[in-house]
Amino acid sequence: MKLTGAEIIVKCLIEQGVDTIFGYPGGAVLNIYDALSKYQKEIRHILTSHEQGAAHAADGYARATGKVGVCLATSGPGATNLVTGIATAYMDSVPMVAITGNVNLSLLGKDSFQEVDIAGITMPITKHNFIIRDVNELAPVFRRAFKIAQEGRPGPVLIDIPKDITAQIAEYVYHEPEQIIKSKNRVNNRDIQDALALLETCQRPLICAGGGANSYGAAEELLTFAETLQAPVTCTLMGLGAFPATHPLYTGMIGMHGTKTSNFAATQCDLLIAIGARFSNRVVSNAKRFAPEAQILHIDIDPAEINKNIRCQKAIIGDVTEVLQALNSKLAKSKRDEWLKQINDWKERFPLKYNQENGLKPHYVIEKIYELTGGDAIIATEVGQHQIWTAQFYKFTKPRTLISSGGLGTMGFGLGASIGAKLGNPDKLVINIAGDGSFRMNCIELATAVEYNLPIIIVILNNHALGMVRQWQDLFYDKRFAQSDLNRGTDFVKLAEAYGAIGFNLTRTEEVEDVLKKAIAANKTVVINCEIDRDEKVFPIVPPGEAIEDLITEEV
Amino acid sequence: MKMDNRHVISVLVENQAGVLSRVSGLFSRRGYNIDSLSVGETADPKFSRITLVARGDEHILEQIEKQLNKLIDVIKVETLDPDSSVFRELALIKINAQTGARASITEIVDIFRAKIVDVSSSSLTVEITGDESKINAFIDLMRPYGIKELVRSGLTALARGPHALNENEEEV
Ligand SMILES: Cc1ncc(C[n+]2csc(CCOP(=O)(O)OP(=O)(O)O)c2C)c(N)n1
Repeated sequence: MKLTGAEIIVKCLIEQGVDTIFGYPGGAVLNIYDALSKYQKEIRHILTSHEQGAAHAADGYARATGKVGVCLATSGPGATNLVTGIATAYMDSVPMVAITGNVNLSLLGKDSFQEVDIAGITMPITKHNFIIRDVNELAPVFRRAFKIAQEGRPGPVLIDIPKDITAQIAEYVYHEPEQIIKSKNRVNNRDIQDALALLETCQRPLICAGGGANSYGAAEELLTFAETLQAPVTCTLMGLGAFPATHPLYTGMIGMHGTKTSNFAATQCDLLIAIGARFSNRVVSNAKRFAPEAQILHIDIDPAEINKNIRCQKAIIGDVTEVLQALNSKLAKSKRDEWLKQINDWKERFPLKYNQENGLKPHYVIEKIYELTGGDAIIATEVGQHQIWTAQFYKFTKPRTLISSGGLGTMGFGLGASIGAKLGNPDKLVINIAGDGSFRMNCIELATAVEYNLPIIIVILNNHALGMVRQWQDLFYDKRFAQSDLNRGTDFVKLAEAYGAIGFNLTRTEEVEDVLKKAIAANKTVVINCEIDRDEKVFPIVPPGEAIEDLITEEV
Repeated sequence: MKMDNRHVISVLVENQAGVLSRVSGLFSRRGYNIDSLSVGETADPKFSRITLVARGDEHILEQIEKQLNKLIDVIKVETLDPDSSVFRELALIKINAQTGARASITEIVDIFRAKIVDVSSSSLTVEITGDESKINAFIDLMRPYGIKELVRSGLTALARGPHALNENEEEV
């Protein structure tokens, strides 16, 4: 059938199974919005307060559901407002399709009103991007974009569309979406044999699960793998939830804010099995002194991750779930008393703990959230101390339950991401754990949550400071607190109420449970302002450049 | 080519707008050193071939190849072995050539099988093709006369023998 470019875009989205998109209108996308209004039954459009919020929401939707997140913005400032969101998705390998309008084809390259070369700008932060120059390319490009976003290592794809193309007419024929082949690399049998040889001879294995293992399929295989191998398991921040934190083999997070057990285990293991993890500097710290006694077996879908940051002895390239299946089918059950005894000894001697003095403790609030939700909620975070406390003190037991900007570390990510996560999982409780600094960055999205009746709970761990910055200044800059004070006197409860949300103040430990219960029962957008001490710190911490075994802990 | 850690990498790409900036952007972003880059259509206008000369140890070369392979527009990447490849570069050199110097310049041009492609009352322009060392040697010999302008195409290369880097491994 003959359709306008704008209608073809909407039809292609429907074809790909898109039911929700996040966006913000403007001149260059008027035709697309007009077409969207005709297909409201098929596609729900969520109008955010800011395009950055739309990008984070699409990202949160994708992380929580595993489907492609879609966002839409107009040319120029609309497009540039997406940039932080696209970069955030890129760094954490999130499948996303970002659609931008642009000026008419004939005006491209002339510095026209609201023209920006968004394809050029996003080249280093997308898996791929397209500029459409012919209406007949629209449908094939959209189909390809969804495929690229999901295939192999997922990532964001941007499609830039000049306005006149959205008005032109072309033939549209429905296509069944192509089957997504996760990895082009079939798991190589020789690699599996070599890996099995390593697994069967090692004495002190440690499994390190990253974001690539954080899906339901992979998590199931990982559990079998770890139990068969009788190997302790640590997770990177992106891996949290890939392995149940309640499991006896779990050692806690690894890296800069890892547990002593995980960091000691990495230093003393003789085989480190990295699964869907990329050895980022936040994990490895001093690369020369990382896992000095270990052979490294690296399992990843992206060949470029092999030998990029850490050199490995053996690599298996492929979809993590398939690789683990192949290993599990051949692996014999191991017995491993001595190493596990050492691990358990560390776990007993060095549990994560915190000083109970000084009023309301952020750790306690997070523990209570875990208790009340049974680990069943989706937890989104912003970036800073609250993010790390969440990673440490909430026991993530299921994949896709922590939504956090690990790679880019984007403050202001969490609220938008919670909106996306909630829309993708209407039956799940969604909680955004925030710092006051991060919350202030994008709190405008409260308007979105309220408008769409999204019962999201925003827990602000309010230290009236850019806490993580303050902590570094305290520990490494002789307490010179340059520009990290946030004593701005903003009343977050009133702010919440002004947006039509419910606000609670929380100052005393005894009230925590009660307020959290009320917030959950309210079934509305709720902001809980928790007043915590500004000198509360995140421990353990590995000082910059040190080996991960040399962590600083608090004297409790 | 492996001399002083230099590698000649041949990259077959989709002939798409932006593909050159994707490739060059990758090199600058990741801090890979690049000595030269040349690009042109293949026999099939749907594809282009980029020839890169890059510097780095084998780990860097491994990363360069893998990162290039991640680009969607890249179809194939191959590092060419100098022993089984043909490397060529073209240079145009405008030389100060007062009447007295012309004869000796022409003599050197002949020895190098180069070509004089433009003549004016005070200059000669020479075209020379060959591998890098031949061109470097020629340039060194021309310096005493005074080089007014110089342009080099950057290395281009093909593997010897019937092997082809085409998408379907056949001559396109
Ligand atoms: C967009 C952005 N700007 C700056 C930073 C640097 N940064 C990292 S943590 C942090 C402080 C965060 O403060 P807050 O949100 O209040 O959280 P807290 O550390 O106090 O829990 C800053 C400024 C960042 N990560 N993201």
